[in-house]
Amino acid sequence: MMNIPRNELLALGAGLAGAAVLAFLPLVTEGFWLSLSVNIMLYAAICTAWALFSGPTHLVSLASAAFFGVGTYSVAIFIDVLPFPALILIAVVAGALLATLVGLATLRLSGVYFVIFTLGLAELLGQIVTWVQTNFGGAIGLYVFTDFTETHLYWMLLALTVVVFLTGWLINRSRLGLALRIIGNDEAVARHVGVDTARARIILFAVSGAFIAVAGAIMAPRYSYITPDAAFNPMTSFLVVIMALLGGTRRLWGPLVGVVPFTVVMDFISGHFPNQTAVIMGLAFLAIVYVLPDGVTGQLESLFRRRPTDKSLLTTTVEEGR
Amino acid sequence: MSVPLLTINRVRKAFGGLVAVNDVSFAVAKGELLGLIGPNGSGKTTMLNLISGALSPTSGNILLSGQPIAGRPAHKIARIGVARTFQLVRVLPSMSALENVVAGAVFGHNRLWGAEALALARDLLERVGLKGREEVPVAAMTYIDQKRIELARALAGNPHVLLLDEWLAGLNPSELRVGIELIREISAQGRTIIMVEHVMDAIRSLCSRCVVMNSGTKIADGRSADVLADPEVVRAYLGDDDA
Repeated sequence: MMNIPRNELLALGAGLAGAAVLAFLPLVTEGFWLSLSVNIMLYAAICTAWALFSGPTHLVSLASAAFFGVGTYSVAIFIDVLPFPALILIAVVAGALLATLVGLATLRLSGVYFVIFTLGLAELLGQIVTWVQTNFGGAIGLYVFTDFTETHLYWMLLALTVVVFLTGWLINRSRLGLALRIIGNDEAVARHVGVDTARARIILFAVSGAFIAVAGAIMAPRYSYITPDAAFNPMTSFLVVIMALLGGTRRLWGPLVGVVPFTVVMDFISGHFPNQTAVIMGLAFLAIVYVLPDGVTGQLESLFRRRPTDKSLLTTTVEEGR
Repeated sequence: MSVPLLTINRVRKAFGGLVAVNDVSFAVAKGELLGLIGPNGSGKTTMLNLISGALSPTSGNILLSGQPIAGRPAHKIARIGVARTFQLVRVLPSMSALENVVAGAVFGHNRLWGAEALALARDLLERVGLKGREEVPVAAMTYIDQKRIELARALAGNPHVLLLDEWLAGLNPSELRVGIELIREISAQGRTIIMVEHVMDAIRSLCSRCVVMNSGTKIADGRSADVLADPEVVRAYLGDDDA
């Protein structure tokens, strides 16, 4: 592609270089730190994918657990008959399909109704899977045995994160990215300037859902024994929202800023105060919403607001786009 | 009148028992600047909403160059070539002036992208009098400047028909003069415009023809001077005693 603005090119280079360095991490550490890194990478991928949709549309989705579970089960069901890459592909299709259906069903829902719908979705899917397994499967769970080590999971999640970032960057440079910014500003105006708001929403939700499903698929081997409770755990959805909001969703890399510290601190808390974890997390949620409504990155941006003569991200995007 | 560009044919919009637009018909020729006037609540804005696709008519049809557009989604109608401004100005607050106008150029009837969209947006901002303020966040702009942005955004789509919903409302006398000149210029360039307006001076000086609505019904349609002198129109505005 030609005509990429220099600052974006620098960011792209820095990001790829950073990912390359991170790829060597499993060679220098193992055990606890590698495990923690897998968690960080997992949430980096999911939160960024979540923010692809929820950032520009301002629709808070609690469906992450649903997509994650669908991905996990894509692996659990077919692990004995298909090679792992094929399972990833199934997760992509299943996640995108589910997101498209949800998108179509919720087109007219806004605000809190959308939140509740997506929250219910994960619960519904979990219950359906439980019902199917108890009535037709004979057991509640499924075994997933692979030769994957934490190192493999880490590399796969790192690759996924890179792909999510590249996709987000490409979307921002496209008509779809501009459409989403207009929708986020004023949906009525968006429709009247000719934006197919429904289509934009659904495409983006499908992309976001597919990525989260892949994350679930990659994590399946770690659980070994897959149950609906674990795969469709609503906690996944809440953690994703908290971390992404902590980082901020205005920039592609915003959620990442929230994921790294939050995962580390949560790991410490759940290790030392296992009984108080939920309470502490709830308080953290409140604190983030009250103190940092735009996240850390949004707050920093407000502090160091650029001169108005500076070109905004979009102007350069459209100008150099094509 | 030549072949009409836009034909409104027995269009009706009922909200439950309330008939906001009652079997209204009129046609607009290419290049015409039509005033759509009437007292508050007479159904003018509803009429614009029906043309732009914000609402879908209960019955009747609307043709743009012979193509039926009534009841189609707003984004499709925008692409076919109808652009509008809003009664209460609606800019995209988190975006710059230039980006606001680019939005119209990229997704409207024009469907431009990249340098072309930007060049057009810059050009239009200059035309509406905002040269040099391309990067100013619109939230920081005055009311009339936001209205200019809205106008430029609508024009950026290069629409067949431009709908102005009380675009001159709320302007002070000197701004009003500037606004009227701006609309006159755009009309002189051949753009077909329907303007809903309460400012009668503007209607008199801009529109050669007017359609008057009252309680959802069309009560007059003709040369502005004649229509404004029509006793029924005067009665609609001022009430029986003053007629």
